[in-house]
Amino acid sequence: MLSQVESHLRSDRFPHIWCPGCGNGIVLSALVRAIEELGYDPDKTVVVSGIGCSSRAAGYLDFNTLHTTHGRALAFATGIKLARPELDVFVLMGDGDATAIGGNHFIHAARRNIDLTAIIFNNSIYGMTGGQYSPLTPPGKRATTAPYGNIERSFDIAELAKGAGATYVARATTYHATMLEKLIVAGARNKGFSVIEAITACPVGYGRRNKMGNGLQMLLWQKEQAVTVKQAEKMSPEELQDKIIIGELYRGEAPEYTAMYEEIIARTKGKNQ
Amino acid sequence: MAEALAIPRAIKIQVRQGWCKGCGICVALCPKEVLSLDGSGKVAVVNPDRCVGCGRCEIHCPDFAIGIEVKEQ
Amino acid sequence: MSDVVEMARLMQGNEAVVEGALAAGVRFFAGYPITPSTEIAELMAERLPGLGGKFIQMEDEIASMAAVIGASLAGVKALTATSGPGFSLKQENIGYAAMAEIPCVIVNVQRWGPSTGIPTAPAQGDVMQARWGTHGDHPVIVLCPASVREAYMLAIRAVNLSEKYRVPVILLMDEVIGHMRERVILPRAGEVEVIERKKPAVEPKDYYPYRPGDDGVPPMANFGDGYRYHVTGLVHDEKGNPTTDPQVAENLILRLHRKIYDHLDDVITVEGYQLEDAEVVVVAYGAVARSAKRAVKDARAAGIKAGLFRPVTIWPFPEKEVAELARQARAVIVAEMNLGQLKGEVERAVQGRVRVTGVNRLNGELITFDEILSAIKEVTTDAQSG
Repeated sequence: MLSQVESHLRSDRFPHIWCPGCGNGIVLSALVRAIEELGYDPDKTVVVSGIGCSSRAAGYLDFNTLHTTHGRALAFATGIKLARPELDVFVLMGDGDATAIGGNHFIHAARRNIDLTAIIFNNSIYGMTGGQYSPLTPPGKRATTAPYGNIERSFDIAELAKGAGATYVARATTYHATMLEKLIVAGARNKGFSVIEAITACPVGYGRRNKMGNGLQMLLWQKEQAVTVKQAEKMSPEELQDKIIIGELYRGEAPEYTAMYEEIIARTKGKNQ
Repeated sequence: MAEALAIPRAIKIQVRQGWCKGCGICVALCPKEVLSLDGSGKVAVVNPDRCVGCGRCEIHCPDFAIGIEVKEQ
Repeated sequence: MSDVVEMARLMQGNEAVVEGALAAGVRFFAGYPITPSTEIAELMAERLPGLGGKFIQMEDEIASMAAVIGASLAGVKALTATSGPGFSLKQENIGYAAMAEIPCVIVNVQRWGPSTGIPTAPAQGDVMQARWGTHGDHPVIVLCPASVREAYMLAIRAVNLSEKYRVPVILLMDEVIGHMRERVILPRAGEVEVIERKKPAVEPKDYYPYRPGDDGVPPMANFGDGYRYHVTGLVHDEKGNPTTDPQVAENLILRLHRKIYDHLDDVITVEGYQLEDAEVVVVAYGAVARSAKRAVKDARAAGIKAGLFRPVTIWPFPEKEVAELARQARAVIVAEMNLGQLKGEVERAVQGRVRVTGVNRLNGELITFDEILSAIKEVTTDAQSG
């Protein structure tokens, strides 16, 4: 398999910049296998990313790759997709990138149901800047900017995406890497805005400060905490406290933005000239 | 299952030490103790014959340092 | 240029920008409503789909700028329009466009500021922001129209320059020009020069997205056309890959400047009126240049050798041309609707060889011709008595 995966990598850029045990590479690996499975033409595949550790992922991929500004990846991607709807566009963001500075773009991309596949690397922290709390840092956890414990509540990315209008919402952890790959495939096949939350470990910026161990231990923690959608159905809210529900969480039906715009073009073409 | 195992397979384990950062995830997740970290802290194949080709190491390697190829013969 | 009459029309400045941009091949607009530029978005929304183009109203100004860059990278000429506060918000991604060398045009119909200020009142307070609004040294081209027809022509020129030099170009309007209606005679379709970005002449495997041609500008492949490459706002090498190598960083930033500053003759346009023997030169741009022209006419009628120098390209600043003025003029007056933003540049260019005074107004009203005329008379008297 490595050779197929490697054919989509810019091998001369490796080894990558991520710390030992960081889960970003596991997410990236799942994405590459998913694109391989989807059979997309690399020339027509676009990967857009924001700013942060995870957003460096774009630069390692041999597609049309765009490493943008902090939080703005979805807005850049919206321009690309609307300009050329035939391109397959993936958007890679971190949790702070997507839901703090990029929160507005996130809900509006969902509302438009524009055909983008967003993968959010959720490591619960701002890693690149050294471990500040993000909107996904759970209450009580420590960060350099929450030295006495985080007093802010965290977002539920999946609920946020669903509420804002995304038509495919899923979650997996890096421990469940095969599931993650399958969810990315399904999200990409959805004609609309798809969100896949990937729970990933930041052993250096988050794990160490919160006594969660190294990358391996954090990976095994994901295994312990995760329950599938099916299992979750039989569990009480108390039992689900602190659990990570994984799998396909939501599918909806809504018109897709670029398709709607093409209809306007068809209606107006040749008029108003 | 037994029948499936009886099919002779060639399993190729590719290791790219230069990319490995020695996190040990592959070593821990391998069900057959095929892998180990060597003296330099990088992944090494120590029991290749035990490999069942499950691929857990490959999909969990954050560094793209391991590849498993299974060919049915 | 032989402007063969196709049609004389009554047109608003903002409308002229739209028509000019469309004539230049713009087929993508992303924007956010803001006075006094909103008409540009409204008309684009109406006109673009009929031409097979795309319009999108984004969730904010930052997103609009981002979407425009994305569309341009996908090969579609793209433009956004805004005003004061929106221009502030766009700065981050204008810097991205400068760094990643993505052609795009930003129309800023200036209004009174800072902050919300007076949304419907004219000002020229964004002159320095247009040059230095985004952080870091960066190249940018800024054009400033003084009539509705010129708004049309400069919209075309802005698109052309952005494509030619792979640089964000700012069309710096003011509320007067944006909202003014004038009878205009536009060139016939096909008579305007339209420039397309230079495409790579090599196979994808040999393509270095940031390796410049002789003109300092790298040929640009569009996303989706078979050239897979990386684009980043980080310092990058010729492959587009991020690096912190000091030599690469310096070479990059110097090239970004050189590709503009090596072509000043192409980039800079200015207009002179009665300059040949002018002893008093009024420097004015945008709507103020109209008042200035009338003031110069009246001064001439009163026997004063006055002239008007109007920078059409205000950034890069026409230093050489302004320095030339100082050789014969005895006084220079800079009239602008701010506290002297371009005056400082004029002073820098004339290097103390001639006295520079300002006529400034900051109350949300256009500077009138008689204010400028008074200033001309004043400096003339001073010069005679001095």
